Amino acid sequence: MAYEPILLARVNKPDSTRLEGYRIDGGYASFERALAELKPEEVTTRVKDSGLRGRGGAGFPTGLKWTFLPKDHPGPIYLCINADESEPCTYNNRILMEKDPHQVLEGIMLACYAIKSRCAYFYIRYEYGTAYRTLQSAIDELYQAGLLGKNILGSGFDLDIFLHRGAGAYICGEETGLIESLEGKRAWPRIKPPFPAIEGAFRKPTIVNNVETMACVTQIMRRGNDWFKSMGVPPDPKNPRDAGSYGPKLYTIAGHVNTPKCVELPMGVTIRELVEKHGGGVWKGLKAKAVNPGGISMGFVDCNLKLKDSDQTEYDIPLDFNGPGRVGCLGLGTAAVTVIDEQTSMVDVLHNVCQFFAHESCGQCTPCREGTGWMLKMTDRLRRGQGRKEDLDILVDVSDRIGIIPGTTICGLSDGAGWPVKTAIRKFRKEFEDAIQSGRKSVVKSLKLLGAH
Amino acid sequence: MAFLSDEIRARIQAYIPRYPNKQAVTLPALHIVHDELRCVPNEAIREIADLLDLAPSEVRDTMTFYQFFRESDNKLGKTRLWVCRTLACNLRGADDLLEHCSHKLGVPVGGTTTDGKITLEFAECIGACEGAPAVLVNDEHVMNVTNDKMDELIEKLRSA
Ligand SMILES: Cc1cc2nc3c(=O)[nH]c(=O)nc-3n(C[C@H](O)[C@H](O)[C@H](O)COP(=O)(O)O)c2cc1C
Ligand code: SF4
Ligand code: FES
Repeated sequence: MAYEPILLARVNKPDSTRLEGYRIDGGYASFERALAELKPEEVTTRVKDSGLRGRGGAGFPTGLKWTFLPKDHPGPIYLCINADESEPCTYNNRILMEKDPHQVLEGIMLACYAIKSRCAYFYIRYEYGTAYRTLQSAIDELYQAGLLGKNILGSGFDLDIFLHRGAGAYICGEETGLIESLEGKRAWPRIKPPFPAIEGAFRKPTIVNNVETMACVTQIMRRGNDWFKSMGVPPDPKNPRDAGSYGPKLYTIAGHVNTPKCVELPMGVTIRELVEKHGGGVWKGLKAKAVNPGGISMGFVDCNLKLKDSDQTEYDIPLDFNGPGRVGCLGLGTAAVTVIDEQTSMVDVLHNVCQFFAHESCGQCTPCREGTGWMLKMTDRLRRGQGRKEDLDILVDVSDRIGIIPGTTICGLSDGAGWPVKTAIRKFRKEFEDAIQSGRKSVVKSLKLLGAH
Repeated sequence: MAFLSDEIRARIQAYIPRYPNKQAVTLPALHIVHDELRCVPNEAIREIADLLDLAPSEVRDTMTFYQFFRESDNKLGKTRLWVCRTLACNLRGADDLLEHCSHKLGVPVGGTTTDGKITLEFAECIGACEGAPAVLVNDEHVMNVTNDKMDELIEKLRSA
């Protein structure tokens, strides 16, 4: 039976962005019910028990994060919504905001009620102009309807939601970079601890959550935990620290497929099914060589690499929070799946990826600033046919050591910059060696690339 | 006489009550000025700082972190046309599209046409990857951009 979308159920309706239609579809009933019947702690417990894990990339359990706020804090407590969505090949937050803003806003209102916040800052990347204007109209509707502002529906609960636009920097998606940017400073991530729940925006306790996470909160409060847990992958009994991968997930498919699109499916669909069934297969009748399973920071899977003791390959792994990690990738990330066909050079792909991270490193930490720069220089050399034999080992060495694991950098960008490099070279080493040996050049563009972003 | 118009100053001031301190209005203020003037001149930095009780150097420090805001010697054209160059777009022809734009407009990436109509830039993933190659016209996406579609778009922007 085909899966019936819930998070995306309203996106193709006419006027899907308007309050009136959202109300007709039952919208804000859970918020009203929570205000009237539930204590904030009960909302937190519901979300915690649902098993919801953050959709922004790290997969941290949402309800648990909310409990890290100091108890009986006099306030203010802030909620920051992370709509920076800049992980390459990811666009599900955009669709939610452009097509069903009220579903996201209701989740924010429920979350604020739960964590006793009276003020949410919705940090949205500048490039999402349409989403920004759609959300602003939706927020205006809520103030007019008395669902935002002072003493909402006579409950004594006050809430404001403010949109705040970014300025084209990937690092503003890292939660403390986001907070610094919101505060009007350079978006330099902070050293942790203290974590934002203790000391965040304006030095007050703060929760940072992703847009899709908020849409999930809305649906959990409407449909209940049994519904949420009826989908996905339960915790691995052999791993006591695994929190499971429950619920629906928005997967975005991009790259060399016939029909790139965003689909909603229960957590745990395989890459093969996503590409072949939902993405319309690899374009031009070709085969997939590599797939990036969750935003480029996650690294690559090799579609032809056999899994141990199995006929299946890495193409068959499930996309739940654990799947990509089992084949040497960093994790599920944003569940953005990018397909690379068999005729594309991994040298070119890796160069493109390194270009991104070198451009987006904020420059605070030496290993990240210098490492991303050198990895770009070296992959550029490779694609110009001037690679040296030792380059591959140096690249793997840099990428293994650039990240936060030994505690050398402040945020996770450096880790994310390392994974595509180490996975590409480890899994496609022969292709890189051939490129070096033959001195084959890629088509190198002569454009002098300057400018912003 | 103030450099920024009363209208711009009022729009900036309207943001102040939203935040617990005035420094948080830095980005909104920079956007308001930049959208209107197509750059942020030094005089504007000074006046933003004044409005927000900051030192001009603090505003400039934040502004230059985002390589997004142009200074007065490098003003934007009427339309800012960003061509995405990141992986999903790169796999579907972004490099060729960027080169095509550069030739068609007669400017290098980062440059502005002599009539002041269009500034060409590259962008990192603009979150429209289902429509790769994708571009951004100021802050709105255009997807599945072929060279022909780009030529039409450029004609439209030139005559606008
Ligand atoms: C370099 C970097 C970029 C990130 N970009 C985003 C982003 O664009 N959107 C997002 O929600 N989370 C992003 N994150 C993760 C956030 O730091 C944070 O974990 C997340 O917003 C928490 O929300 P969640 O628990 O609802 O997932 C990024 C992390 C890093 C290290
Ligand atoms: S790891 Fe990189 S992006 Fe993160 S704070 Fe350090 S330099 Fe900046
Ligand atoms: S890679 Fe170009 S829009 Fe995402």
